[in-house]
Amino acid sequence: MPDHPPTEPRSPAPPGPGPFEPRVIAFCCQYCAYSAADMAGSMRLQYPSNVEIVLVPCTGRFDAILALKALEGGADGVYAAGCLEGSCHFLDGNVRARKRVTHLKKELESVGVDPGRVEMYNLSASQGPRFAEIAREFSGRIAELGPGPASRSKPPG
Amino acid sequence: MTGGLKSESRLERALASGRFAVTGELGPPRNARAADVEAKCRALKGSVDAVNVTDNQTAVVRMSSLAASVIALREGLDPVMQMVCRDRNRIAAQSDLLGAAALGVNNIIALSGDHQRFGDHPQSKNVYDLDSVSLIMAIRAMRDQGRLLSGQELPEDGRPRLFIAAFNPFADPEGYRVVRAAKKVEAGADFLQSQCVYDMPRFRRFMERAVDMGLAEKAYFMAGITPLKSLGMAKYMNNNVPGITVPDSLIARLKGVPKDRQPEEGVAIACEQIEEMKSLAGVSGVHLMFVEWEHMIPVVVEKAGLLPRSEA
Amino acid sequence: MIIASRKPIDEIKGFIAGSGRILIVGCRGCVTVCNSGGAKEVEILASLLRLDAMKGGAKLTADECTLERQCDPEYVDGFAPRLAEGYGAVLSMACPIGPQYLAERFPSEKVYPALNACFMGGALAHGVWAERCQACGDCVVHLFAGLCPVSRCAKSLLNGPCGGSAEGKCEVSGETDCVWHLIVERMEAAGTIGELATPRPLKDWRTSRDGGPRKIVREELVR
Repeated sequence: MPDHPPTEPRSPAPPGPGPFEPRVIAFCCQYCAYSAADMAGSMRLQYPSNVEIVLVPCTGRFDAILALKALEGGADGVYAAGCLEGSCHFLDGNVRARKRVTHLKKELESVGVDPGRVEMYNLSASQGPRFAEIAREFSGRIAELGPGPASRSKPPG
Repeated sequence: MTGGLKSESRLERALASGRFAVTGELGPPRNARAADVEAKCRALKGSVDAVNVTDNQTAVVRMSSLAASVIALREGLDPVMQMVCRDRNRIAAQSDLLGAAALGVNNIIALSGDHQRFGDHPQSKNVYDLDSVSLIMAIRAMRDQGRLLSGQELPEDGRPRLFIAAFNPFADPEGYRVVRAAKKVEAGADFLQSQCVYDMPRFRRFMERAVDMGLAEKAYFMAGITPLKSLGMAKYMNNNVPGITVPDSLIARLKGVPKDRQPEEGVAIACEQIEEMKSLAGVSGVHLMFVEWEHMIPVVVEKAGLLPRSEA
Repeated sequence: MIIASRKPIDEIKGFIAGSGRILIVGCRGCVTVCNSGGAKEVEILASLLRLDAMKGGAKLTADECTLERQCDPEYVDGFAPRLAEGYGAVLSMACPIGPQYLAERFPSEKVYPALNACFMGGALAHGVWAERCQACGDCVVHLFAGLCPVSRCAKSLLNGPCGGSAEGKCEVSGETDCVWHLIVERMEAAGTIGELATPRPLKDWRTSRDGGPRKIVREELVR
């Protein structure tokens, strides 16, 4: 077990002054990204605390609707992180997930939501540092894009 | 090919006489100017036994083949009126056939027609109520049995006396093409005009099989000839037109002459092909398709020693 | 089955413009199987439309429901209570038969088609569908080695192939098989190619849509 269970719910960044801290949901495959997160934790690698991890048995379980519900529910960005291509424990779940993310980007674009708010990553269980890097990279991208559609619909203040 | 003639067609007479026949092709204009058709007719007169008048070829709107055929008649030519299945159902087809015969058209060629996707109205609906084979059957029933497709009888003197042609493409599947030609002959085609030929060995294979099957005794075969105006055209035809292969030797020949002399070389090649066709078993004539180059037909006909042609 | 696909989102947005409450109705028939209008697609469309509204600071209530079949009055009737809520627009995600049934049963509702019916066909692989029938009303596939030239030839030729067949592909699109090439190949392999030598007569299109809208009455089933 990771010392900080990645699925542990975290409260969203409190609104108020200071830089915008995006809320990111990461759907992580139990065989790779989730283990990599575990390793990142035990290596005490820094990665943004605003990345909330959802454990999935395989990114093949990831679906457009999960990302859409997350965005509707207040997430500013969503990504799926699965095994390296060719290493999926269910043969090609990660390849399918990538196709779904590609399609979802188009769908989001069609309703005026930046397609960069969703992404697909691949890494192996041993890549703890890469996990932290992805979390920082994506979080940074979303910070630049600003609050997601759900945050914008909230009345200011 | 026994018994009396089926029509008043000069082309039929020429073919029946055993003379090597020549047909040309005339594309009606994309406007209503009769003068445009007349000019093309004058260029062809005396050089061909009959002239195919195309029917909205490549699915581009042009003056109707019936109207342009009538202008050709006025100009003293014997038109082979094209009729495609793309634009008319069986009612319009039969009606146009009766009208064409009434106006003096003696020859008809039934075609599927290029799909509208390739023309200037890709949005249009297509008809294809009949296909080329069933259209041939319909024409023959009108002429020989004196019956419309409905069974309605035509009076003896009110039957369209048409000399019926079919088109023979060489598209894939190669081996089946001769079977389809046989089917068209069985359906009632009196003569077949082929897609333009560049690959002589392939054409010889086709003709050998046609002769073996006895087709050449049942219908006249006319080989399609289109001169290669340039190296670019040769490459385009080779790469883009189904059924056409331009052998490397011809491409090399065109490559070997400067660009301004390529048309001349193309004409020379065409003349050589015609010469070869003259002695090929089962081939009764040539069909010259000089797309927007009609004025070159007389030149080629003369060079190929095909003069004189049948008189008006 | 009927293969359908979702209309462009902009067209759908145009349908619901100005409505704060909409209902999206899916169908568990063909469109569920071809992944265009089942419960899952309803959920996705609802979510996309809500996100679209959210990003402009607006709020859209997009309710979701999926009927057993929208082409059956029985299921459409049972759906009546849902509409009591009063919607600015009802988007049917069935094939276009659905919005017709909904509009007929609920004349006061504004019903819109969210899908285009594309063709009748089947799956070639997961996510790939192709046309296989044109409902000509007089099936002849047994004459062509089990292949349908009416729906699969761009010219519906019964005496093909035309001169546009190249290397097994149709001239209209290099991605489309020339069905006549397939017919010849299959019949050659089966040794039945001789059957193609006889000209096939004209087709009677009365049984097709050309004969007017069609209807079947089975007296033994009518109550």
